[in-house]
Amino acid sequence: MARGRRFILGCAAIATAAFTAAAAAYPTKSVDYIIPFGPGGESDITARLQQPFFKQMFGQDLVVSYKPGGGGAVGWAELNKHPGDGHTIMGVNLPHIVLQPAEKNVGYKTEDLTVVYWFHFTPDAIVVKADSPYKTLQDLIDDAKKNPGKVTFSGSGKGTANHLAQVRFDKMAGIKTTYVAFAGTGPSNTALLGGQTSAAWGYTTSAASLGDQARVLAVAMEERHPSFPDAPTFKELGYDLVSGAYRGIAVPNSTPEDIRKKLSDMIGKINADPEFKKKMLDGGYAMLDVPYEKNAEFMEKQSKAFIEAAKEAGILK
Amino acid sequence: MSGFEALFAALTPLNLLLALAGVISGTVIGAIPGLTATMAVAVLVPLTFGMPPAPALILMGAIYTGAIYGGAYSAILLNTPGTPSAIATTLDGLVGAIALLTLAPPLSRVALAFGPVEYFWLAIFGLSLISAISEGSLLKGLAGGALGLLISCIGVAEVSADVRLTFGSQTLVAGINVVAALIGLFCIPVLIDLVATPGQHLQVVAEPRGFRLGEAVRVIMQRKFNLLRSSIIGTIVGILPGAGGSVAGIVAYSEARRAARPGEHYGKGEPGGVIASESANNATVGGGFIPTLVLGIPGTPPDAVILGALLVQGMRTGPTLFTDYALIVYTFIWSLLIATILMLPAGLLLGRYAYKSIITLPKALLVPSVAFMTIIGTYAIRNSISDVVIMIVLGVIGWILGRFGFAAAPIVLGLILGPIAEQGFVQAWTIGSAQQDLVGMFFGRPISIAIIAFTVFSLLSPLLMRRWKLKPEVAHVE
Repeated sequence: MARGRRFILGCAAIATAAFTAAAAAYPTKSVDYIIPFGPGGESDITARLQQPFFKQMFGQDLVVSYKPGGGGAVGWAELNKHPGDGHTIMGVNLPHIVLQPAEKNVGYKTEDLTVVYWFHFTPDAIVVKADSPYKTLQDLIDDAKKNPGKVTFSGSGKGTANHLAQVRFDKMAGIKTTYVAFAGTGPSNTALLGGQTSAAWGYTTSAASLGDQARVLAVAMEERHPSFPDAPTFKELGYDLVSGAYRGIAVPNSTPEDIRKKLSDMIGKINADPEFKKKMLDGGYAMLDVPYEKNAEFMEKQSKAFIEAAKEAGILK
Repeated sequence: MSGFEALFAALTPLNLLLALAGVISGTVIGAIPGLTATMAVAVLVPLTFGMPPAPALILMGAIYTGAIYGGAYSAILLNTPGTPSAIATTLDGLVGAIALLTLAPPLSRVALAFGPVEYFWLAIFGLSLISAISEGSLLKGLAGGALGLLISCIGVAEVSADVRLTFGSQTLVAGINVVAALIGLFCIPVLIDLVATPGQHLQVVAEPRGFRLGEAVRVIMQRKFNLLRSSIIGTIVGILPGAGGSVAGIVAYSEARRAARPGEHYGKGEPGGVIASESANNATVGGGFIPTLVLGIPGTPPDAVILGALLVQGMRTGPTLFTDYALIVYTFIWSLLIATILMLPAGLLLGRYAYKSIITLPKALLVPSVAFMTIIGTYAIRNSISDVVIMIVLGVIGWILGRFGFAAAPIVLGLILGPIAEQGFVQAWTIGSAQQDLVGMFFGRPISIAIIAFTVFSLLSPLLMRRWKLKPEVAHVE
């Protein structure tokens, strides 16, 4: 009797094991992590911060590669062509994946992308050179009011979080400024440091990487960032601006449900690591935890907000 | 002050062994057509994460140095043994590394003075080099350059996010990858020609025995100005964010070609050409790290990979770099110097034996294996089979155009410089309009004026040279 029962239990265990083997064994080899931008930007840096923790926790290499072009569109348009076994994953960014397909045919639709985790965001911030005459946000607003259109902002790309923040803030403050799109935060920072533009619509991260060479006038967060205790939030100054670029990880849509969930748990585990968190915060990032189960809800809310802002800004019709 | 403690810390036998291994693997990977320094670095960098900082940094620097040297290798080997290039590489690797060590902070400010409009003019200057490259038929050269510019427009534009010239094809949205185009335009026509003509592909020179060190040293000493000029060009181009070894190589090569004495045959294995492009290519290593380290702005694509790895090691770029992170930074810089010195014996040995095995290879074996490597290399750029198709199509187009006297180099220049010129122009126009001073923006800035002057000189030089060459002859007749 006992033996028979054990045998049945054993069979059941084997059957269950075989059934979930794909997910249980995952990852069985190195995981390709495609960043749809060039190296050196926020997407790349955070992927490389995850890299050692992934290896240490799950025993496999996380191999970062780049597929730049079209502000990410090139990579996302081909995401679903990759094999769906969880060994190919891709960085995804908001507002990009909402605004690009809404604007024109870029080869993918927002709902084509299967996001398993949103792991952080970079709040928008107005950054000036350390020797800039703008000491406070009010200095900049005053100058922009006196010289409409003459204050120039460098920023990362067109129709990006930076661009939207510029348009929204112009409206809120009743000013007119000029936004100059650069191919990423790196070139945007170069333009700022070289004095090519009056200021930059960057992220808390660009400010962190610039160190003493730059000053943050305001950050678009609910509360101040621990790395910039002296930089006020726009909210404190009376402008209801909380915005930024959100970054997550997506898989090809042929990836089975159990692997999506497992990957989501894995990224969540890295996010919970105190050492990882510290490195992220030191770099100017703000942590975020939106696992696979909560993605639909999160995306609905974000899509609505971004589409609305873009229409208000005249980027979308 | 200059971090000698870091040097002594770096000089352990294990670290030296790692440096040697890095140089050799970097050279070998870089020597395979299409496998670029960026890729060699990106593939090998994860290996260093588990290591303590010093060996990790040393391995990275060695891989990088080797990859840059190896990258120019396959091209040179087909016409010239590797000895002069190995020596030139070592000499100006030293120039670049010393520049990095001593000039990092002041030079980084020079790069910052380059705004969008300077990039625009620099790209135009680069395009004006077509008149130098395509001596013989300027019209065909310009047509090739225009074709390159047109090809560079395909896909989603980087700054304006417009979709252009894709003709509804999803594949073309990704644009034409420059490396894939380079492989196609430069390698495929050579391969087709090799197959199309009977006989040995390389004439076996009677005496390619030994390292020919004496000859190589003599060749280099005769061209010390070329070497110095090219190293300086390389260092400066390397400092400019975004421009890399290929741009530096082309600029230095055409400058050397232009300054050539009669009797020097560029394009036919002339050592001066090898020295120019190799020196410049290698000097970008040191130059490129200056903005990368001081400002966190990568000077060349592989620098961007290295920068990511340095950030993982806990380093933060910025003005405090040389104080707070002195040990990491100086260890890395010294590692570049050590790798550069190791480059000489490694390059000599690899050059000697790789050259030997290539000239003794029968054509039936060489062509398929090179063709195979170009396909693997193109595929590996971004794991895309469409890149391979594009590479082959462009290669065939390049071969056909070559039959009609259109060279590949102007097409490639247009392709590389097109996006730089476009972005610079759009940004400069936007900023200039905002300041209501478009003329001042484009023609009123000192560096721009200097670049414009160089451009005009470059465009007129074929005419000036002809007149200059004619005069002595006239005098002779009289």
